[in-house]
Amino acid sequence: MKILVLVKQVPDTATQVKIGANPKAIDTAGITWIVSPYDEFAVEEALRIKEKRGQADVVAVTLGPDRAKEALRSCLAMGCDRAIHLNDPAWAEADTLATAKALAAVVKQESPELVLTGRQAIDDDMGAVPAQVAELLGWPCAYWIMEEAVDGDGKTARTGRQVEGGLEIFDVPLPAVLSAQKGLNEPRYPTLKGIMGAKKKEIKDVKAGDLGLGAETPQLSVVALEALPPRPPGRIIQGDVPTAVKELVRSLREDAKAI
Amino acid sequence: MHLELTEEQRMIQAMARELAESEIASVADEIDREARFPHETVKRMGELGLMGIAIPEQWGGSGSDTIAYVVALEEIAKVCASHAVVMSVDNSLYGEPVLRSGTDAQRERFLKPVASGHAHGCFALTEPEAGSDARNQHTLARRDGDHYVLNGRKLFITNGREASFALVFCQTDAARAHHGITAFVVEKGTPGFTVAKTEDKLGLRASDTAELVFEECRVPVANRLGDEGMGFTIAMATLDGGRIGIAAQAVGIAAGAFERSLAYARERKAFGARIGDHQMVQWMLADMATAIDAARLLTHRAAWLKDREEPYGVAAAMAKLFASDTAMRVTTDAIQVHGGYGYIKEYRVERYFRDAKITQIYEGTSQIQKLVIARDVLGGHDDRA
Ligand SMILES: Cc1cc2nc3c(=O)[nH]c(=O)nc-3n(C[C@H](O)[C@H](O)[C@H](O)COP(=O)(O)OP(=O)(O)OC[C@H]3O[C@@H](n4cnc5c(N)ncnc54)[C@H](O)[C@@H]3O)c2cc1C
Repeated sequence: MKILVLVKQVPDTATQVKIGANPKAIDTAGITWIVSPYDEFAVEEALRIKEKRGQADVVAVTLGPDRAKEALRSCLAMGCDRAIHLNDPAWAEADTLATAKALAAVVKQESPELVLTGRQAIDDDMGAVPAQVAELLGWPCAYWIMEEAVDGDGKTARTGRQVEGGLEIFDVPLPAVLSAQKGLNEPRYPTLKGIMGAKKKEIKDVKAGDLGLGAETPQLSVVALEALPPRPPGRIIQGDVPTAVKELVRSLREDAKAI
Repeated sequence: MHLELTEEQRMIQAMARELAESEIASVADEIDREARFPHETVKRMGELGLMGIAIPEQWGGSGSDTIAYVVALEEIAKVCASHAVVMSVDNSLYGEPVLRSGTDAQRERFLKPVASGHAHGCFALTEPEAGSDARNQHTLARRDGDHYVLNGRKLFITNGREASFALVFCQTDAARAHHGITAFVVEKGTPGFTVAKTEDKLGLRASDTAELVFEECRVPVANRLGDEGMGFTIAMATLDGGRIGIAAQAVGIAAGAFERSLAYARERKAFGARIGDHQMVQWMLADMATAIDAARLLTHRAAWLKDREEPYGVAAAMAKLFASDTAMRVTTDAIQVHGGYGYIKEYRVERYFRDAKITQIYEGTSQIQKLVIARDVLGGHDDRA
């Protein structure tokens, strides 16, 4: 069984994001980059499927600049067998659709039985790529999965996806795209041996031309980034209790319109 | 010398940090309070490959290098110095000499289980009358056919109770003084080998420090590490390497205490300002940051020299001396920054303060490091060999 895991390299969750000199992008100076945490659930799930079945070819795929190789090496260190790096200036401005087109083209070439990915990347939180990839391939797609079990023949996957107040259980025919929600599993740490062995595993570089794609005008373009306005300071209501309470109720009603 | 870590070293550092923060931090206070050896988390460290970082894969290790070892050890020590010392003993005090001086058969039997995290080792040199004066060994090993018979006591042995294998230094020819010292690997459970007691300590309370007793303990000749009379050289070479690990442990303790001080200085208010806005507190923080950086650079340099197989003994002594003094000063000031709260266990810097002290003592006291350094700068001969 072959499983492709789509991962994205994103700024570490602890990063204080600042808007860059180019107001349409963030300032990347000094940022620590990590594999998006939801994608790590996807990697972990793929490795567990492999361990359960005894064998599988688990391939990590990313679209991103040179630095994104490090994210792939993290996946290899965790245990993925090989990796594919979509890296081309043509994708510098790629929106989710352009990204999904490139990823879908790789999926077509590799023709895996299963594509796993995170429910969204934690940088821009779009969450569109899994569905777009599935749509472009004409494959079924289940989002926010909390449980997954591929059957013995590798023909269907029983998935439980998170819905308000419970799980919705599907039997999804394979091939399919599944996106992982927190709670699916607890991702492993790479072992030192895994880290030392990652260098010996293959990372294939793929250009847009290799997939028969070129630069395309993005359907979605960023106009500007704006920082969140600073939180206004709290207000302390002075005075004796009966007056203060009256003022508090008035303020909640009229100023905050909270009650 | 490269001042940048390789991608692999950074990944190893990140993994150690994640393990420390998400699994070790939550038990560190409790195991200190209860003086309890943390079997579960230490086992996790072994599974991840942290107990044989620079040992080749062939012998159960991870096949990485000394720089990776020190960056990982610093991350663990930042959160818990007791976990860090277990790691330093398995990697450098036990694993390293068995790798360097063992035969392949010995590496297979005595190194693999430890480097792969399935068992612990310990290094038993110190005796009641042989601490700084490590040549003054009184434990005797007398040859009897294809065995040696050991008699004597070893004191303050880290991992002593937990270890499956003890590297024990004995006198095989008292007439030849320290040229008559020989090293043996003694397996736990060997008749005549007992752990007499574990010490109640100021710091490193979760690591076990034990007294080992040998009474007519028969050890096969096959367990002798190196030739007769090679023991002292093996011990000194081991300590040269071990000191790099202790320097990293000290840097970690200091860095952990500094992080907490910084957070506290940003939060705590006095005289209408954050205490970090008061110049005298800033002064302490600036001194801490500078000393930690310097200690870390000295440590990395020693590790780098070792990886290049260049002489590193003096660099290791300097790193250990400076880093352990830094740990002591930084943890003292960390309590100062916290004021009265720093003296209370809940604020954690109290534990860092207690843990820091040992780094000035074991694997050669600060005074002994100065002897090593002075001898080198004065160009005197190295009479340890
Ligand atoms: C928690 C802990 C863990 C330990 N783990 C191990 C272990 O795993 N294996 C092991 O073998 N040992 C271990 N030790 C022992 C440790 O290495 C020794 O305690 C240390 O080397 C000092 O020896 P000592 O205690 O006999 O002190 P002493 O040698 O008696 O020293 C007392 C004082 O005299 C000073 N001094 C001694 N000689 C000189 C000199 N020539 N010039 C100037 N000053 C001098 C010392 O610096 C010190 O200040 C451990 C000790 C502790 C407390």
